[in-house]
Amino acid sequence: MAKPSQKLILKRVLKQLKPYGFLLAATIFFALISVAGALIVPIFFGQVIDLLIDGAAVDFSKIFEKFIAIGATLAVTCLAQWLMNAINNKITYNVVRDIREEAFSKIQVLPLKFIDAHSYGDIVGRNVADVDQFADGLLMGFTQLFTGILTIVGTLGIMIAINWVIALIVFVITPLSLFVAKFIATRTYSLFRKASEIRGEQTAFIDEMIGNLKVVKAFNREDENLEKFDGINERLTKASLKSIFYSSLTNPCTRFVNAVVYAAVALSGALMLVWSTPLPVVFSVGMLTSLLSYANQYTKPFNEISGVITELQNAVACAGRIYEVIDEEPQKPDNENALTLENVKGDISFEGVYFSYTQDRKLIENLNISARAGQRIAIVGPTGCGKTTLINLLMRFYDPDSGNIYVDGNDIMDVTRKSLRKNYGMVLQETWLKSGTVSENIAMGNPSASREEIEAAARAAHAHNFIMQLPYGYDTVISEDGLSQGQKQLLCIARIMLCLPPMLILDEATSSIDTRTEKKIQNAFSKLMNGRTSFIVAHRLSTIKEADLILVMNNGNIIEQGTHDELLAKDGFYSKLYNSQFAI
Amino acid sequence: MRKLLKYLKHYKVQAVLAPLFKLLEASFELIVPLVVSAIINQIDTGEGSTSYVIYACLILVALGLVGLVSAVAAQYFAAKAAVGFSKELRHDLFKKMQSLSYSDIDKLGTGKMITRMTSDVNQVQSGVNMVLRLFMRSPFIVFGAMIMAFTISSLAGGIFAAAIAVLCIVVFGIMLISIPLYKKVQGNLDNVTVATRETLAGARVLRAFCKEDDEIDKYNAKNAELTKSQLFVGKISALMNPLTFAIINVAIIILLYVGAIKFEAGVLNRGQVVALYNYMSQILIELIKLANLIITVTKSFACAGRISEILDMNPSLKNGIKTLADNANFIEYRNVTVNYSDSPLNALENVNFSVKRGETVGIIGGTGAGKTTLVNVLPHFYDVNGGEVILDGINVNAYGDEQLREICGVVPQRAVLFEGTIRDNLRWGNENATDDDIMSAVNAAQAADVINAKSNGLDEIVEQGGKNFSGGQRQRLTIARALVKKPQILILDDSASALDYATDAKLRQSIKNLEYKPTVFIVSQRTSSIRHADKIIVLDGGKMVGAGTHDELLKNNEVYREIHFSQFEKGGGNG
Repeated sequence: MAKPSQKLILKRVLKQLKPYGFLLAATIFFALISVAGALIVPIFFGQVIDLLIDGAAVDFSKIFEKFIAIGATLAVTCLAQWLMNAINNKITYNVVRDIREEAFSKIQVLPLKFIDAHSYGDIVGRNVADVDQFADGLLMGFTQLFTGILTIVGTLGIMIAINWVIALIVFVITPLSLFVAKFIATRTYSLFRKASEIRGEQTAFIDEMIGNLKVVKAFNREDENLEKFDGINERLTKASLKSIFYSSLTNPCTRFVNAVVYAAVALSGALMLVWSTPLPVVFSVGMLTSLLSYANQYTKPFNEISGVITELQNAVACAGRIYEVIDEEPQKPDNENALTLENVKGDISFEGVYFSYTQDRKLIENLNISARAGQRIAIVGPTGCGKTTLINLLMRFYDPDSGNIYVDGNDIMDVTRKSLRKNYGMVLQETWLKSGTVSENIAMGNPSASREEIEAAARAAHAHNFIMQLPYGYDTVISEDGLSQGQKQLLCIARIMLCLPPMLILDEATSSIDTRTEKKIQNAFSKLMNGRTSFIVAHRLSTIKEADLILVMNNGNIIEQGTHDELLAKDGFYSKLYNSQFAI
Repeated sequence: MRKLLKYLKHYKVQAVLAPLFKLLEASFELIVPLVVSAIINQIDTGEGSTSYVIYACLILVALGLVGLVSAVAAQYFAAKAAVGFSKELRHDLFKKMQSLSYSDIDKLGTGKMITRMTSDVNQVQSGVNMVLRLFMRSPFIVFGAMIMAFTISSLAGGIFAAAIAVLCIVVFGIMLISIPLYKKVQGNLDNVTVATRETLAGARVLRAFCKEDDEIDKYNAKNAELTKSQLFVGKISALMNPLTFAIINVAIIILLYVGAIKFEAGVLNRGQVVALYNYMSQILIELIKLANLIITVTKSFACAGRISEILDMNPSLKNGIKTLADNANFIEYRNVTVNYSDSPLNALENVNFSVKRGETVGIIGGTGAGKTTLVNVLPHFYDVNGGEVILDGINVNAYGDEQLREICGVVPQRAVLFEGTIRDNLRWGNENATDDDIMSAVNAAQAADVINAKSNGLDEIVEQGGKNFSGGQRQRLTIARALVKKPQILILDDSASALDYATDAKLRQSIKNLEYKPTVFIVSQRTSSIRHADKIIVLDGGKMVGAGTHDELLKNNEVYREIHFSQFEKGGGNG
């Protein structure tokens, strides 16, 4: 995955914010009100303090007037603050939702090559942990960046109004803290990126080991794994310590700059009072008090903004990792004028197909097959000979490097993937069921099926009996390891029994099913295969004997083809394979 | 959260030093208003001199500098402690997860365990970091300001105390309400994790059924649920800032009113009123900062709760420490009954048989007959619900699990390999195995051609899940992995299903010829795989319906006969 630059990522984030323009405007508006409120209140308090004049009676009615004004300002400010926070939440969590949706939708169109080559844990980590971190940073940015900038502008304005000389001094000194913050931030970005990479590595390791915990335990590998885990953990700890510590330096450093600003205001203000103002500015102790408190308010946002900058660094690093997935090259989209396969008869042919998973290892070379509608094609051969690859090509999980595959005379590259796949019923050796109930799984290819239809399909697959033994029958939620391999395969078979597509792919579809049940299913399969072009991969040669065409594969090539009897008569590879099953 | 505190134990020094330095920094900050008040009073009384003002301002800068040094120290110690904390927490959590029993793993599910390990731990780490950095500082500034107020006027101090009390109620109230809500947010995050994992693992099937759009819809619903819960708790947390702002400013109004009365009465001078005002403002600034952090901390409380749930799980298996003796009846099942939770039917019911050392036992039966369950209780992966499994005269519960698994070489149904080289994978059986040891196991497992086919031999990289090997190749490698162990008991749980008959036959022959003569359990659906076993156990629906040799069973066991003839035509010459 290509690593986008920081600037590019920021651009992406801004683009992501576009749909929320109105909310953004609203949050800036409320930020304006709440900042104005927060700035006005101290002015009122300063005026109250100025009403306390030595030796004179205190004018309480004037003080009360001020208090009422303060109360009203407070009410408006608080409401604006709450609204601002709520809107910020809304923007952030909606953006995060959008990103997650985008990433997930992307996963659906990523080529299987990508999915096969990346660890699930890493991708899951990007979509969950990294996006979470991004949300934290973004939210903090919103709540503090706008108010921060507005507070700076506002306070500066007021300070100029009170005493422009002092305001000028403040204005000159404060940018120092921004320089400091920027200096630190640019140096910590790579540290964050590294920490987040190691975190990804750790997630992948956890995913692998926790996902296969049973094997781990069977081999007493807990200690070794823990050791390996600790190794990654140690590196993560070092990397996080560095990134967290260096980034957290920003705050104390800017705070120190602020302390200097504060002292400068105190110094200049006090000196003006001591020297009885040679400047054409009216100045009082009350004003100095207000100025000092503004100086505090003015510098604080610099602090926060610098804090936000480090947080944003981290967020951008995390956003970059999820954008890597989103920006990954998708599978080639269907041709614009791609055909939708309908009423498929089932004539399938391969013409001069070349394919390999990696360029340096050739696999399938100049493959030619022709299967007429309704034929049963059995594929046999030693493991690793390319049987599964053939299926990958038929289903367009992978596309051939060159050559063509036709269904009913249509090049499958010119057909929509969906309509192609809809016309195949596939049962793989590697059973996969989604989390959900038994009936949901059976109805996968036909979600509108009634319970009766589902049961009928389950009966045809001889799965009904064991389903009825589950705690809640058809409504039992399937857990990751709750069913045996054989039971899972029965459900996968029931799945295609329900949607009855015109072409079938059975890749070791009954390998984990006991032979008695298998025998019964074979009958159901035979009926199913009647009139349907079927590709059958199996090692039990008894299931293959009745095939119309047997393809014997070795090293990616078809070395023999014909019917069972023809091949036996040939006395070649196939007959050797066939006879070996009885050589006990 | 409290339970997790022990993970700070190795970082005690840092955990104490961090807030201490923060306090130091804060106390220097508290001196600032005193200095300013002194300047103002000097000017007010007309005694102010240029040199005094310069001197006082230099003190302000010096205070800032000392503050900087203490703050840097505090940040370092806080980061060190927080990062160390999460390191040890992750270590323990991983260890704990590895110690869970099979049934616990079934219950929890992988996705949930992964979010706890990653997202939850990260959240707690930032919580600890924040607490160390700010939770000491903020109360200190708040209470420090209050004490300073008391030194000026006890009535003013009272106002401070009342304001702080109200603040506490608001802050803790919001925290208490939002902790369970954040827990819910994390729960919804679990669902998003699980959905992402599932769509990756099931990519082939989902695409075959054209389920992409459906998947997206379902995921979006889960994602929207997460967003909804985040927004809801966000609205409540968003109250924190405005409320604290209002409370403090109301307190300032009261303070100035009382201050004005006292001023008129000549009890307080203007400098003192200004100082009181400044102290209250300081509290405000501190609390605004705090409000954002409280959200972080509240979140980490919720996450800590979720982590504790796992750390507090009692392993559902009990272990003993007995070691192996030498009995004639090596393995004995006595009335063994197993029932998985929730199931109305027993997975295994009243199974009785015994096995001598070095014998080969075949286990056969239909899908879901209980074959895997039968072999899974021997290495104590699951507890039996009735009866006992005896190994060498002693109940398997009495042995240490580690020892049991040392004795047993298990080849599970699902052939899983791990990321690393082939050699790394095979060494799972025995860390110290030499290449010769490994190759002899590989040869016995009929996996030599798998390794020869790879250009790097034993050094060939295995991708995660063994994705770059076919099912049959993986199966043979997992068998080799178990053989590298040279186990006393070898359990093959339908692990030759992807092998062709010839390879299967060769495999059985080479296992028979192993010089260390293991006791072998072969679970299979093919009678050809077990026909030469010393004893064959026939299972049907969790019950043992027959036991004996192939010939005996063929003669007098209906179920076995049916299984056999479903594979070999009756009377045909093939059998």
